[in-house]
Amino acid sequence: MTATSHDDAFVVFDRVQKSYDGEILVVKDLNLQIAKGEFLTMLGPSGSGKTTCLMMLAGFETATSGDILLGGNPINNIPPHKRGIGMVFQNYALFPHMTVGENLAFPLEVRKMGKSEREAKVKRALDMVQMGDFAGRRPAQLSGGQQQRIALARALVFDAELVLMDEPLGALDKQLREHMQFEIKHIHENLGITVVYVTHDQSEALTMSDRIAVFNDGVIQQLAPPEDLYERPENSFCAQFIGENNTLMGTVESVSDGVASITLDDGAKVRGLAVNCGGPGSRTTMSLRPERVYVGGEEGLVTTEAQVKELIYLGDHIRCRMSVHGNDEFVVKVPNAAGHKHLQVGEKTMISWETADCRALDA
Amino acid sequence: MANTADSSQDIAHSAPVTGPVLGNDGRPLKASLAKSLRRQKLRALGLIAPLLIFVLLTFIAPIADMLFRSVENNIVGDVLPRTVVALQDWDETSGELPDNATFKAMALDLKEAVEDKSHTRLGSRLNYEQSGISSLFRQTGRKVKRLDVEETTDFVAAFEDMNKKWVDVENWQTIKAFSGRFTDGYFLAAADLTKGPEGIERVPENEQIYYTLLLRTLKMSLIITFSCILLGYPIAFLLATLPLRTSNLLLILVLLPFWTSLLVRTSAWKVLLQQQGVINDTLVWLGLVADNARLELINNQTGTIIAMTHILLPFMILPLFSVMKTIPPSYVRAAKSLGANDWTAFWRVYFPQSVPGIGAGSILCFILSIGYYITPEIVGGTKGVFISNRIAYHISSSLNWGLAAALGTLLLVVVLGLYWLYDKFVGIDNVKLG
Repeated sequence: MTATSHDDAFVVFDRVQKSYDGEILVVKDLNLQIAKGEFLTMLGPSGSGKTTCLMMLAGFETATSGDILLGGNPINNIPPHKRGIGMVFQNYALFPHMTVGENLAFPLEVRKMGKSEREAKVKRALDMVQMGDFAGRRPAQLSGGQQQRIALARALVFDAELVLMDEPLGALDKQLREHMQFEIKHIHENLGITVVYVTHDQSEALTMSDRIAVFNDGVIQQLAPPEDLYERPENSFCAQFIGENNTLMGTVESVSDGVASITLDDGAKVRGLAVNCGGPGSRTTMSLRPERVYVGGEEGLVTTEAQVKELIYLGDHIRCRMSVHGNDEFVVKVPNAAGHKHLQVGEKTMISWETADCRALDA
Repeated sequence: MANTADSSQDIAHSAPVTGPVLGNDGRPLKASLAKSLRRQKLRALGLIAPLLIFVLLTFIAPIADMLFRSVENNIVGDVLPRTVVALQDWDETSGELPDNATFKAMALDLKEAVEDKSHTRLGSRLNYEQSGISSLFRQTGRKVKRLDVEETTDFVAAFEDMNKKWVDVENWQTIKAFSGRFTDGYFLAAADLTKGPEGIERVPENEQIYYTLLLRTLKMSLIITFSCILLGYPIAFLLATLPLRTSNLLLILVLLPFWTSLLVRTSAWKVLLQQQGVINDTLVWLGLVADNARLELINNQTGTIIAMTHILLPFMILPLFSVMKTIPPSYVRAAKSLGANDWTAFWRVYFPQSVPGIGAGSILCFILSIGYYITPEIVGGTKGVFISNRIAYHISSSLNWGLAAALGTLLLVVVLGLYWLYDKFVGIDNVKLG
């Protein structure tokens, strides 16, 4: 479902830059194609430029340079109300002086739709989010989750093909948030709409998206499906930002067949997959997921020594903080499996990992 | 799925309880709670006590006194105690004069009143109801000293001798009508009504001033309030949408008049608006107005409206601004994303949410202007004055405090009535000052 060229893309950011003050670029040379029907998430820390991108797409901010195309047409000069893009706001922005029904009818009224058609559409939209009985209520009489559903229904009621969501679940508690994630995902699948979703919550992004664009410092660091992003981060920012990650700093000695030999800062030598590490002599960050590290030396794997610093019992696994080549924050998840090795704090042990799981990234 | 949407119903149902809930010391929980809160309440009371006493002494008490003065009428009974008793048996509708005994009582009362000159005060009081009575009492007061009560038998003739008006039944009717301890006379006068022989009637059209004044006060206050909305709304909107630093600067410009003396601002308008003033001079210089047809901008209603709109504008802008500040920009954005153009987004989404600010500003402006005194006095001339100027006149010039009190009470009732109406139609809960 991913778009790779301008032609089959529904939304295109073409060399888009944005600056508010003429000195600092909050979005630097953004190129992004979004396919029709795709669920794309813009993920990044606050201030990374993701919301600015969304606002440019919605029309509330103008691109300083570059083009934004919707359905093949540049929309830079089209005012927001003519773009026909549905939007769900962070705090829902339900009009407090209107009932739920009036809120939903609003986009249809301004489109001069007839009363009977309007009512039918409002009812359908409310049923879609299981809020059919609430048309007469005021937004203030609804709980956060209910308001969220209404905001979603309002963005969908006028049959927008593109729906933007700006951290729509940020104000909900964890359980409701997870529930709503699935619900939004299902609505997206059922309606075949294109969704651009902004969040700083990585698990939300991983759960819902077809593709995730990781933003940092006004630049997309990596654009990939969730699985790729987690399994194969292309730089140390993505590796750090998505999921838990252990790092070991070192210098590249040599690279052959995609495998880099690296001398860690304390002199130890390890091997890792050369992803983004430069040639011999350049600094590198070795990235390793905690669940891909095994306790005990094993034949054929990269094996090194570690000292147990702390053990936390978490039921299905034991979280073990270790000191590995000068990194005291090295975490290993030891599965609570039958016959697993019982570790003691202070104990020295061997740990090992597959060469392919240890990625040599930029420093 | 719907069960996850709302958890507010999950509040545990408390078991039914018979009798008061007891604490672990066996005493009712409510009593223990009240006891533990009593200290806090006393402390709070102590903190507000100075203000409470101040307000009681300087605000509540004067208002109560004013309300009382508007109906109080002790003076007739105090000065003429015997006459009032004697008049009780007299039928004022018969057209006959009271009997000789009543005249004798009047003579005795007046002789005593002359000692402390209270008869002149009584004369002034009754003169409000019937002109000419004041001089009647003053003249009679001088002559009654020489009247020998023991020797005289025909008091009617004696009084007629002192002043012919004493055989005029109307004067006696007035004295009897206002002999009670309380009177509605001031209120009737304040409503341009009078007590005639056939009961309550309107005063002649050319003497109706309070009704006209009250109507004018209400009308001009409304005009001023609307001008404030018209001028203040765009400014408040601008202030609320601009970045904080710019809006703070502009806010200072709005507040600047607040920090200038009211008298100075009003006098400045006098300089600007008069026929030889800055505005007229400029218009003549520009050729927009002929020199011999300079605009009359002052000493009329136009002057009052212009000056008061300027003075009350901050009272409209500040509540509007503080309400608009709380309207998140995301509402208008949401409206636009839903397809509304700028005007529809403003009118259907932004404006309804700013109505509480308009309400608060309007109530402030209207209530302030309805009782305004200084500005109409200076720039209003005769056509542009308010009812408050008339009240001030009765307080300080004509010394008819009873009528001033009645007018003030009427004004208070009108304001409370409008407040009630506002509450009924707009809802006072919708008023936000910030």
